[in-house]
Amino acid sequence: MKTQNKIKKVSLLVVLIIGALVSLFPFYWAAIGATNTSGSMFSKPPTLIPGSMLMENIRNLDESIGISRVMFNSLFIATTYTILALFICTMAAYAFAKFQFPGRNVIFTIFLLSMMVPYHATIIPLFKMMAALNWLNTYQAVILPNLAYPFAIFLMRQNLLAFPTSLIEAARIDGAGEWKIFFRIVLPSMKPALAATAIFLFLYQWNSFLWPLIALSTTDMYTFPVALSTLFGLSRIDYGQVMAGVTIATIPIIIFFLLLQRQFISGMLGSAVK
Amino acid sequence: MRSKTLVPYMFVAPAVILFSIFMAYPIIYSFILSFQSGQGSNMEFTGLDNFARLFSDDIFITALKNTFILLIIQVPIMIFLALIIANLLNSALLKFKGVFRVSFFLPAVTSLVAYSIIFSIMLMNDGVVNQFITAIGLDSIPWLSDPFWAKASLIIAMTWRWVGYNMVIFLAGLQNIPEELYEAASMDGASKIRQFFSITIPNLKPVILFTVILSTIGTLQLFDEPFVLTKGGPSDATLTIGMYLYQTGFRFFDFGYASTIAYVIVILIAIMTFIQFKVTGDQE
Repeated sequence: MKTQNKIKKVSLLVVLIIGALVSLFPFYWAAIGATNTSGSMFSKPPTLIPGSMLMENIRNLDESIGISRVMFNSLFIATTYTILALFICTMAAYAFAKFQFPGRNVIFTIFLLSMMVPYHATIIPLFKMMAALNWLNTYQAVILPNLAYPFAIFLMRQNLLAFPTSLIEAARIDGAGEWKIFFRIVLPSMKPALAATAIFLFLYQWNSFLWPLIALSTTDMYTFPVALSTLFGLSRIDYGQVMAGVTIATIPIIIFFLLLQRQFISGMLGSAVK
Repeated sequence: MRSKTLVPYMFVAPAVILFSIFMAYPIIYSFILSFQSGQGSNMEFTGLDNFARLFSDDIFITALKNTFILLIIQVPIMIFLALIIANLLNSALLKFKGVFRVSFFLPAVTSLVAYSIIFSIMLMNDGVVNQFITAIGLDSIPWLSDPFWAKASLIIAMTWRWVGYNMVIFLAGLQNIPEELYEAASMDGASKIRQFFSITIPNLKPVILFTVILSTIGTLQLFDEPFVLTKGGPSDATLTIGMYLYQTGFRFFDFGYASTIAYVIVILIAIMTFIQFKVTGDQE
């Protein structure tokens, strides 16, 4: 019985280790690729150890896409978007969760229903709109369209429902203004939910591809995904450079994830998991 | 008193205004566009012509077929794998659960473009995957240059990216299944595999439905992966509806027809979601 248990334990472990290696190998491969020459990714036998080309690959990548500019674009767009969207969505969620007002259910239902409509159904009118406003190839063209993100509103509302209404009423009796109640009493106790929602919004914008690809048209405005896909679409591809780009775009998110695992997971799964 | 009734409107106003301009208006406008034809601003109303055109458009039909092949094969494989891994990770015997969970979840935080690029490079003819395959004595596989294997490449890549994500959802669901059910089954001599099919899966049904709907919606809109990994090829073998919409709208600037394609995606998502609710919800 005991040895049988041990065999089970070992085989379970072996299966999971193989699975985990499959999960992690592409990351390792990208990082190795970033430190080697373009050809080494296709050498026989495969190059599985770091090389010395990292700096050169980064230099070449910088020449092709301008790393710092693309990094700035991606960070600026994702950060601005996250702050504004978090603010706008949380305010709306607060109204839905803690106020009774005519039209509340209708508006909330429309928000929920819109989650069923794929983004594709909006991009052509959005493109025409941005073209008419002369906003194509600007930051606001990428930031504005999804600021009122129904899923984020829904997420925050679910969390705000649990906030004790009596605390809000007590503050009102003490004469506190509605903004003060929102900022000083409600928001401070919502930090975990705010963090999870912020991560959700940030990742959404950081990884967003189709709309930035359509809305942005020059290298100096590209975000990382658009810049990388353009680089990868060239007829002569320098794979070392591409892998350096992929690695640079991925590492910050991985570090961020490892530090804030719990918030990441609840943000990405929509707090379906606590 | 009057000011107090205005308070909630003040809180929802920014979201409602932005939503109306950038979501509601485009959704309605593209619905109208889907009945129009023409170039640039010279659009004219052509009734259901665009919808009729879909049926005689071979490329659209190919894209539709491709999308459904990917959907029908990829989603079940991924959900099943995620269930198995979640179940293994949930085993009391296991140490280092946290490490495994993070390893499996990590692909889900990478950008779709980044992982598509990595897979594209790994799956090239003389890429690392084929080198492993030939090293164990098999023939190398034309991953990206053969219509069949190009679809397989997409399925493998998408499964890699999303298994961990679904696994974490299932892990949470597993915590809600009472331990006594398994204990009773063990006493009755039911094997682990038997328990998986007769206790775990039935109890997780609502969670499985949720993940299947999410994955279905995601696959029907698929764009990033085929755009980067296979570029829709070879010869349209991995062209999806989402990619065809992009090509029609932003390569040929046929906004009317592209809007029609967008509404095909809307309708398909509505139908698929409805079917899934019907199929799994009726017994209760």
